[in-house]
Amino acid sequence: MMARPPKRSPKAKRRPRARRGKTSTPEVTGQATISVNVTVNGVPVTLEVPAEERLLDTLRYRLRLTGTKEGCGEGECGSCTVYLNGLPVNSCLVPTFQARGAAVQTIESVGPDELQPFLEHGATQCGACTPGVLMTARWVRDHPELLERYSIRELMAGNLCRCTGYDGIADGLAAALGRVPSRT
Amino acid sequence: MNVLLPDGASAALEMLAATDGTAVPLAGGTDLLVHWPQRFDDHAKTYVDLSGARELRPHRWTDEELVLGGLTTYWDVLTDERVWRELPLLADAGRQVGAVQIQTRGTWAGNIVNASPAADGVPVLMAYDAVVVLDSVRGRAEVPLSEFYTGYKAMRRQPDQLVVAIRVPRRPYAVQVFEKVGQRRAQAIAKVGLAITRSDAGWRIVAASMAPTVRRCRAAERMLEDRVSVNHPRDFLPAIEQDVTPIDDIRSTAAYRARVMANLLYHHLREFCDFIR
Amino acid sequence: MTLYRIEGLAKLAGRERYVDDLPLGDFLWGMTVRSAVPRGRIRAIRFGKDVNWHDYVVVDHRDIPGPNEVLLIERDQPVLAADRVRHVHEPVLLVAHASRDAARRAARAVEIVVDPEDPVLDYRRPPRPDQVQYGSDNVFKRITIAKGDVERALANAPVVVEGVYETGAQEHVYLEPQGVVARLDGDVLTVVGSMQCPYYVLTALKHALARDERGLRVVQAPTGGGFGGKEEYPSNVALHAALLSLKSGRTVKIVYDRGEDLAATTKRHPARIRHRTGVAPDGRLLAQDIEILMDGGAYATLSPVVLSRATIHAAGPYRCDHVRVQGRAVLTNAVPFGAFRGFGAPQAQFAAERHMDAIARQLDMDPVELRRINLLRDGDTTPTGQVIRDRVDRIALVERAVDLSDYRTKQRAHAAHNSTNPRTRRGIGVATFYHGVGFTGAGEVKLQSRVWVAGLPDGRVEVRAASVEMGQGTITVFTRIVAERLGLTPGDVVIAEPDTSRVPDSGPTVASRTVMVVGKLVERACDDLRLRLELAREDRGDTLRDAIKAWHRTHRGEALIGEAVYRKPPGIEWDDVRYRGDAYAGFGWGVNVAEVEVDLPTGNARVLDFVAVQDVGTVLAETLARGQVQGGVVQAIGWALTEECRWRDGAMVNNQLTNYVIPTSADVPPIRVAFMETPFEHGPLGAKGLGELPIDGPAPAVLNAVAAATGADPRSIPLTPERLLDLLERAAGVAATVT
Repeated sequence: MMARPPKRSPKAKRRPRARRGKTSTPEVTGQATISVNVTVNGVPVTLEVPAEERLLDTLRYRLRLTGTKEGCGEGECGSCTVYLNGLPVNSCLVPTFQARGAAVQTIESVGPDELQPFLEHGATQCGACTPGVLMTARWVRDHPELLERYSIRELMAGNLCRCTGYDGIADGLAAALGRVPSRT
Repeated sequence: MNVLLPDGASAALEMLAATDGTAVPLAGGTDLLVHWPQRFDDHAKTYVDLSGARELRPHRWTDEELVLGGLTTYWDVLTDERVWRELPLLADAGRQVGAVQIQTRGTWAGNIVNASPAADGVPVLMAYDAVVVLDSVRGRAEVPLSEFYTGYKAMRRQPDQLVVAIRVPRRPYAVQVFEKVGQRRAQAIAKVGLAITRSDAGWRIVAASMAPTVRRCRAAERMLEDRVSVNHPRDFLPAIEQDVTPIDDIRSTAAYRARVMANLLYHHLREFCDFIR
Repeated sequence: MTLYRIEGLAKLAGRERYVDDLPLGDFLWGMTVRSAVPRGRIRAIRFGKDVNWHDYVVVDHRDIPGPNEVLLIERDQPVLAADRVRHVHEPVLLVAHASRDAARRAARAVEIVVDPEDPVLDYRRPPRPDQVQYGSDNVFKRITIAKGDVERALANAPVVVEGVYETGAQEHVYLEPQGVVARLDGDVLTVVGSMQCPYYVLTALKHALARDERGLRVVQAPTGGGFGGKEEYPSNVALHAALLSLKSGRTVKIVYDRGEDLAATTKRHPARIRHRTGVAPDGRLLAQDIEILMDGGAYATLSPVVLSRATIHAAGPYRCDHVRVQGRAVLTNAVPFGAFRGFGAPQAQFAAERHMDAIARQLDMDPVELRRINLLRDGDTTPTGQVIRDRVDRIALVERAVDLSDYRTKQRAHAAHNSTNPRTRRGIGVATFYHGVGFTGAGEVKLQSRVWVAGLPDGRVEVRAASVEMGQGTITVFTRIVAERLGLTPGDVVIAEPDTSRVPDSGPTVASRTVMVVGKLVERACDDLRLRLELAREDRGDTLRDAIKAWHRTHRGEALIGEAVYRKPPGIEWDDVRYRGDAYAGFGWGVNVAEVEVDLPTGNARVLDFVAVQDVGTVLAETLARGQVQGGVVQAIGWALTEECRWRDGAMVNNQLTNYVIPTSADVPPIRVAFMETPFEHGPLGAKGLGELPIDGPAPAVLNAVAAATGADPRSIPLTPERLLDLLERAAGVAATVT
């Protein structure tokens, strides 16, 4: 037996609003929509966003910066890596309101000249993880001192890639750092 | 979802008090935002965003201790050379939390109050005898981390309290070991986590993913204090049975966890203890 | 020529637009409501009272204009379950709303009430009568290959080695989840999506929507990985989006969350494989008796052909006069298993290659030597009776791999390490394997693939084919083939977007066939273009460009198209009833050597070094080819060691990337790759297919290395630390009793 969904008038009650603490007073119920001033790729923008909006969705669907990808929504794959105040973060784990006053950089801020070593060493195949990979790799390139303590492969471990087996990425980054990539 | 946006720690405490503790403090978001679009129940809550409480971010060194702020991130600690020299387990554990993208957002205090049995930061803090500093409009309180948890996701933090600092004593250590056993080398959740220290304060053995909370393993510690002779990893099993209650879950099995903990205790301690051979 | 990935810069810069990146204007998000139980009759569907359903588009099976069937090999799978469900997460209902969040909440507010029936959840057990749901015994397909007289040869063999091997399900984890957009352009329903086979999707839409091609258009969007996971499954997503679009008249987008993608889409078939092998004391294989049992899941999907490839590859690349392979793929109430890179061959060759090491151990022989003795030589026949005559020096491949990996030196170093190190054991393992390129048997003849190469008015040429780029390099390789054939620069070559309204059906992008089969058609279509221009073979480059421009000046508005249709290479014969003959037009050959370290306290096995040597004919784009091998190897290492689907009542419960554990960059070493290039006469520029071969060998090579390191005898994958620690303790127990 299959039921059709019940037909109701358009005026029928909407889904319940977010429940609030039962004893809370109006001045401490918080905001459901938040005004956010944020600099994205050097451009200051002001946004009104729902509290639950993720930075990833703000970038992709609101600002149409679709270079940042969603691979998992759980902070594992790194496809959504952007810089928040200069540090790589998973934008799927950042509520947009936490970017108030912050500088955000996305793959759209990367210049074409920075890409060549990654192209030449086969750092991209399907391309879905690639913008996130590039963001982390470029951060490592700009902080070569990290390599005194960490290996390239440890620093890149937050970016899952299913195509390259990571050699193309590691080699591309090594080349971008002016090192000799490992080769057979 | 509703968010309160305090501009400092004291405003945050007032908001926590005013909401009768129904509001959830939000720091780095690395636990809360996981699978966020599907977490409808959590969308219905009110949050206190701590990102405006900038005074909670820095950590500082005194003669006696390292004081982590309530918003100090793993990365903040990892970029402090002194940590690697003096309290290296903080670095060992910090670099194994997720990957860089998590380390730059996740906070030590968040790791404590999220209360995951599989936490990476908590076992090393506990092995260093860290003390949790809680603040509220009612005043400050301090709880040793080893006494902080009362059960699964249950802890000695009142809903209106915020972890504003973590005090880590500076002591000379004869033994400092941290080992995280995960299904891969990065981006893993611990199947077994083990932190071992020895200082003038005695032995500390702390296990993660072995019980409803990260906890000190007093029976195992006693074996070391009493120099009980050990000839095989399985000699640790009775103590492990007293100390922890591992379970079968999505990541591993109770039997594996107990066996690995015994193996690791044996393997690591054999280096330092002549009564273990 | 050095050719980098043509679309590489766009991908690196984040400019490539995948389906979820397309600007759509006004559209609805579609969501799928799925069964919560593995088997039963649908009694009722309850719509939650907290949702204003008036605001939603809702589709169920009654909205399907044509037959409620996802047309593939069989017609057993419904587009939307009507009165019964056969697996957890089976689609039952669709909802759409302009807000993704609202659509999600609504989907969750629907309850599918099912009267449960007894499901089959273990493919290794025969079904009870009330569990039979397909034919008389739940067997989707049986295949037998027979060569010589196995029973007699086994009876006469001086040594018989037996073994049972098991492989688990594997999830593709393409980084871009499944996604499709459906919209109405006038009377034409257009579907744009992440897919490997636009014409499969078109066929499925035609059937279930009861529309002809003129009312349908399927466009492949840039696809963020497929690995087989986007071979047949996108037909389901496309049908769902199309139904919502048809009902609402709106553009509808369905993009799966990762959790949904992991839980509800296909996986590699789990398999249990039994070997009984007669061997001579010197190591020669005298008889191979092999049984394969595969879990097909709840619907047939591609299981019959996956089983076919498994049976054909089951004996490994070895000469043996008496071979019998018996395969069965059976129904269970698991989420249907489907195409995954390798397509049955990895499971079959995992068993074959672990078994070779079991034989070597029993004979106290060196595993490399055992393989050297038995490897196919030119003139030898495979189990189907195919004579191998491709001039590939398979022994040289082994020697190259042994050489590159320092196999002998490392064996000695490991012996020293293992006698002194308190914590770890090291070992090295080898696997030799092959992979048939293109569709099996008469498959390519049936497909009748077609390719066009068009001369454009500006003098450039455009390849029109339905073969897609999904990261494996179609665009780059087609560009090279055309550029070489016509003497053009890569910039003169355009690869058309796979759009069924403008490209012919060059067949699905599967089976490592794109370079060898479709690439050859591209080459021949180039020749045909030249023919149409009445040019000679040596007319290339500028002459050709000028001729194209001149043609267009005299044929305004017309299309200048060279065409090629598949022709069977001479001498290839296949008997599909008896499973005899030339199973494939060509084979790729590979040798892997893995060096592994096992951590004794935890049972963690880590790959320290990996060498992959292969002959796939001429390599057309070196960087891309190396990347394909490296990626395939790492995907196989994951399958071998950490990737485990954990099931509860027919549902995958670890459907998160934190709990379904694929390798990170920190988990794998550099993968060292070497090609030996024996040109293949029937491939473009001498090339064969490459995509799948790399995933066949690493799992057994890694496990063979673990066996060498520890003395354990692991026979199942994934060899998780839990399993390995058990084996180690058992081995230690045995050793303790012996000493």
